[in-house]
Amino acid sequence: MTAYTLPNETGRFGKFGGRFVPETLMKAITELADAYEMAKQDPTFHSQIQALSKDYVGRETPLYFAENLTKYAGGAKIYLKREDLNHTGAHKINNAIGQALLAVRMGKKKIVAETGAGQHGVATATVCALLNLDCIIFMGEEDIKRQELNVFRMELLGAKVVSVTSGSSTLKDAVNEALRYWVANVEDTHYLLGSVSGPHPFPMIVRDFQSVIGKETKDQFLDRNHSLPDAVVACIGGGSNAMGMFYPFIDDEEVELHGVEAAGRGIDTPFHAASLTKGKPGVLHGALMYLLQNEDGQIQEAHSVSAGLDYPGVGPEHSYLKEIGRANYHSITDQEALDAFQLLSKLEGIIPALESSHAVAYCLKLAAQLGSEKNIVVCLSGRGDKDVDAVRARLKGGNQ
Amino acid sequence: MNRIEQTFQALKKDDTKAFVPYIMAGDGGLDCLEERLVLLEKFGAAAVEVGVPFSDPVADGPTIQQAGIRALNNGTTLKGIVGKIAEIRKSVKIPIILMTYLNPIYAYGITKFVQDIQKAGVDGCIIPDMPVEEEEIIEPELTEAGVELIRLVTLTTPLERIKQIAAKGDGFLYTVTVKGITGTRNEFDGNLNAYLKAVKEVSPIPVLAGFGISTQEQMLDITKYCDGVVVGSKIVNLLAENKLEEMENLMSVFKQKTNMA
Ligand SMILES: Cc1ncc(COP(=O)(O)O)c(C=O)c1O
Repeated sequence: MTAYTLPNETGRFGKFGGRFVPETLMKAITELADAYEMAKQDPTFHSQIQALSKDYVGRETPLYFAENLTKYAGGAKIYLKREDLNHTGAHKINNAIGQALLAVRMGKKKIVAETGAGQHGVATATVCALLNLDCIIFMGEEDIKRQELNVFRMELLGAKVVSVTSGSSTLKDAVNEALRYWVANVEDTHYLLGSVSGPHPFPMIVRDFQSVIGKETKDQFLDRNHSLPDAVVACIGGGSNAMGMFYPFIDDEEVELHGVEAAGRGIDTPFHAASLTKGKPGVLHGALMYLLQNEDGQIQEAHSVSAGLDYPGVGPEHSYLKEIGRANYHSITDQEALDAFQLLSKLEGIIPALESSHAVAYCLKLAAQLGSEKNIVVCLSGRGDKDVDAVRARLKGGNQ
Repeated sequence: MNRIEQTFQALKKDDTKAFVPYIMAGDGGLDCLEERLVLLEKFGAAAVEVGVPFSDPVADGPTIQQAGIRALNNGTTLKGIVGKIAEIRKSVKIPIILMTYLNPIYAYGITKFVQDIQKAGVDGCIIPDMPVEEEEIIEPELTEAGVELIRLVTLTTPLERIKQIAAKGDGFLYTVTVKGITGTRNEFDGNLNAYLKAVKEVSPIPVLAGFGISTQEQMLDITKYCDGVVVGSKIVNLLAENKLEEMENLMSVFKQKTNMA
């Protein structure tokens, strides 16, 4: 088998991806692609990222054998890649640091970003505080309600948070507003996109910055077990923690790749965010990818208990990995995720983000299927502190 | 010869400028589309841009976003719009240009879309989220069908690239006059005139300016440097508020003042 080298120079993963943006942004994304190619060749850039990852973020993150969870699941051994232990509490900081350093290299002093759960917003605001960059974050009004604490965090960090009231007032609409802002301020502003979505080169850049997750996992697992895991599992909003975990394993065909989407109230209801399971290819936010849409090509609202998975699209590379069958995609309901949230807290003393709880919930099923000879690594993309209030409210409301 | 080409040749002969209004199809219901197009033609529109509503219009400001939401709430679909244009094409003589984001076309099916708009008598297409790098997805079929792909250049497009885009040469070149999205503006970039002049110099096809243009003064100023203006948010507002006299006035004064003959 030949080594995996996508995307091609036009940003395509098979037919997916591309650069479907207004002409105003073409110059900026072309410059970004060029700047990234240059930075990649520059050892200083890598050592800057490494230094911050180690001393500021706290990498490498542990690969933890979850013995109690393994016993509970009664099958394959379950390991957790502890991205929840990163500074700011999720994997999002890996990408934020890389892109902010890139922005500085490009001479851009202002950063705009979108956020859903607020984790990417917090990571972006954090890095902007550190590197003395102006920071403006667009966030859906609905998400602002769900993640109040993260809004205050971003403001503490010096960012300006703008409430978005168009459309469904969630992540997709925050991306629209961030893109509109970027179109109007493109010359001095970098758009620090938070997932493996958007126009080329974003899906590639974000994946590369996140692939530290999979690289570390591979090394740590090899060190400990002198073999590769049989499967890796990650939740999927836009797909960045999953791509970061999957990418270093793509050429290791014996390793199964499992992505977990949000089934919300069920994939047979209109209230879910399972773009790969239930969507169709289409064009949104700069890329050709799987999308939740009606038959007229209008984008549908996504629904999930976790704000970070509440997105009607999924990165083009996942769309491609699904199409060629290299990765498998599943979905987990709100209720299953809430159960896993509580289960991991009780069994392991780890409160996971609601997003990551989807991956945990699926891994319980997979562990039982694979049996005790096998090993699974779950990407625990974030910690659940931000969700504690919302979960408490739900449990009180009699959902359990 | 395509209707768009004929229109610009006639304008050139008369030494006058094009006023191209943009309207949102389905705003006020699809049934008023015919009446509105006929009216705009009567008031002197050189061509008309018919906008297709989309759930996520990233190139549009609040006015057109709201018009799109109203249209979608009315149940407007791309299929419905194409069908309506086919039905009313005979009562409108000026070129009809569809302005739509790519996804509704993609969902329609590209081949079927091109066949249907050609049959309906659509003369051109503007797809604001499809830069030239991605036009392979539809351009060959549009060309085959004789429907013009109207391309955009903007204040951030380097001159060399403007040349390349203009040289592709369909219909007219749509020159975006703001760094930003649609919606009325009080002021324009100080470099706008120089930029328009530069675009006009390198373009083998007519150059129209659009985005943010709303006042008589802006229109007259801008058309010193190009072949016409596209007026969107302003027209959408006037129609939504049913200020037809103001619209007629805006368009007829423009016509008088730009007619050099
Ligand atoms: C903890 C956590 N995990 C996962 C996600 C989903 O994003 P992605 O699919 O890009 O990893 C988010 C997004 O906010 C998040 O905060």
